[in-house]
Amino acid sequence: MIQFLDFEAPVAELEGKIAELRAIAQADTKVSIADDVKSLEKKSGKILSDLYLNLTPWQKAQVARHQQRPHALDYISALITDFVALAGDRTFAEDEAVVGGLGRFNGQAVVVIGQEKGSDTEGRLKHNFGMAKPEGYRKAVRLMEMGDKFGLPVISFVDTSGAYPGVEAEERGQAEAIARSTDCCLSLGVPLVAVIIGEGGSGGAIAIATANTVLMMEHAIYSVISPEGAASILYRDPARNKDAAIALKITAQDLKKFGVIDEIIVEPLGGAHRKPIAVMDATREVLARVLASYSGLSAEVLRTQRREKFLGIGRAL
Amino acid sequence: MNWIKNFVRPRIRSILGAATTKRDVPENMWIKDPDSGEMVFYKDLEANQFVFPGSQHHHRMPAALRFSSMFDGGEFDKLAAPSVPLDPLRFRAEKKYTDQLRDAKAKSGVEDSVQAGFGQVNEQPMVIGVQDMGFIGGSLGMAAGDAIIAAMRFAVSKQCPFVMFVASGGARMQEGILSLMQLPRTTIAVQELRAAKLPYIVVLTNPTTGGVTASYAMLGDVHLAEPKAIIGFAGQRVIEQTIREKLPEGFQRSEYLMDHGMVDMVVHRHEMKTTVSRIARLLSQKDARAMTGALVPVSA
Repeated sequence: MIQFLDFEAPVAELEGKIAELRAIAQADTKVSIADDVKSLEKKSGKILSDLYLNLTPWQKAQVARHQQRPHALDYISALITDFVALAGDRTFAEDEAVVGGLGRFNGQAVVVIGQEKGSDTEGRLKHNFGMAKPEGYRKAVRLMEMGDKFGLPVISFVDTSGAYPGVEAEERGQAEAIARSTDCCLSLGVPLVAVIIGEGGSGGAIAIATANTVLMMEHAIYSVISPEGAASILYRDPARNKDAAIALKITAQDLKKFGVIDEIIVEPLGGAHRKPIAVMDATREVLARVLASYSGLSAEVLRTQRREKFLGIGRAL
Repeated sequence: MNWIKNFVRPRIRSILGAATTKRDVPENMWIKDPDSGEMVFYKDLEANQFVFPGSQHHHRMPAALRFSSMFDGGEFDKLAAPSVPLDPLRFRAEKKYTDQLRDAKAKSGVEDSVQAGFGQVNEQPMVIGVQDMGFIGGSLGMAAGDAIIAAMRFAVSKQCPFVMFVASGGARMQEGILSLMQLPRTTIAVQELRAAKLPYIVVLTNPTTGGVTASYAMLGDVHLAEPKAIIGFAGQRVIEQTIREKLPEGFQRSEYLMDHGMVDMVVHRHEMKTTVSRIARLLSQKDARAMTGALVPVSA
């Protein structure tokens, strides 16, 4: 059962009617509903398509945070075979906000890292809503260094509202852990490809998104601060998150123009959560092409390409 | 002391409330020690490197004074600020960002929050970067990022140590994602210093928070901090809202960070030049300088 967002109310109403009709038809096989259903489906599809072609930045934020949206573990289970989950930062703890390990992508051995938000209450608590602590970033560094050592490309799935803001995270050096993780991304002699699948929340995201190629889902967002956070600081009114979302330029389409991301992965009509299989297929295709483009490049070429790419951001605007 | 109350207080408020910027301060200005409440003559405070004589509270120090307190004889070459695109987001909240920038430039007389200078520190060539809270909260945007990168690269070209005095409220929201991009961009320049095996000394001053902390501020060979500076990634209000309990005593202060292994030493401003110089000379394998005084960290 799809959960509808507030702006999808007209679609929800139509789909409700369709469900009703189907229920009637099931109860009484003599009733023919085919034509009605078809017309309603057409209408609903049209509304959905109009909505999704013109999503406002705030609506995109809602889609990006949709609880049924595919999360990192969904991507890993769909795209990675032979997956071996690895755990721990070897210093303090295992942080399940960051998942990852070894596996195969289209047969090629890779290291995969993802920020996992969790899909139900239990999962969300277990993964701390995708908000990593220092040990999560140190685990990411450990995995990236393993990829570097064994010549395995690294794929990261970015999906976090931000690094965890808490006392113990600060005590263990949240800032240092993020800085070291970004530093590690920039040192890798293997290809690093990041996919922003939902929310790219500031420093918490850049720590694993300083990649040779940064891909972004069509309705994902990526920002230096959440629209809510910016609204409370800039307008002193958290309710103005819609304005802040516009001002901050957080959509994949805007970020592509700024050269901050390299390619947008198209989502099915109505968002990734409506047709996860189509999303996985599209992601697989783009990832395969991008990884192939780095095959055979030397460590130095890969490092230089990554550095020049980031140094160039903002220079040609 | 009625005359102080009626006559001087409003001005004090304006000075304390506004950012410390380059402007004419009346010589009869008094300023209140936030720790002890004692009134101190502004000129005396300035002469004491903006450290309150009684409580030793480290007040915000203007960038110009930071340079003159570090470089021999107060002499140095100012490094030109690289030019960057202005307001690519065409950002507008309550104020247009371009207006905010223009006002900040006019008020401070500088281009952006980071300035850099090249000169001698105890006869050793050094590049020093200073981030000034007075310029839109010391926030990190494209101009500051490029100024840091250029300064670090200048140190590489001179084969000399680089010292960064950090103070910032975080990323500059008005530049959106382009401000976030300064985290990896400045990290690249830190890596260039590292590859050249040049000392990179970070001095954390009050406050150092947000994205700035999560990049060049935490990647130094040595991390010094001024006493009682607030240093942290997440804001205290945000943390309080998340955990819904009171924060521990001294949370996110320099001394607390040292206790938790993030800072090497807490250094009084009066000892800063000697300390930086001693570390830079050791890391550059230069002989000790006869004149350097005893090195006593304040927390000792």
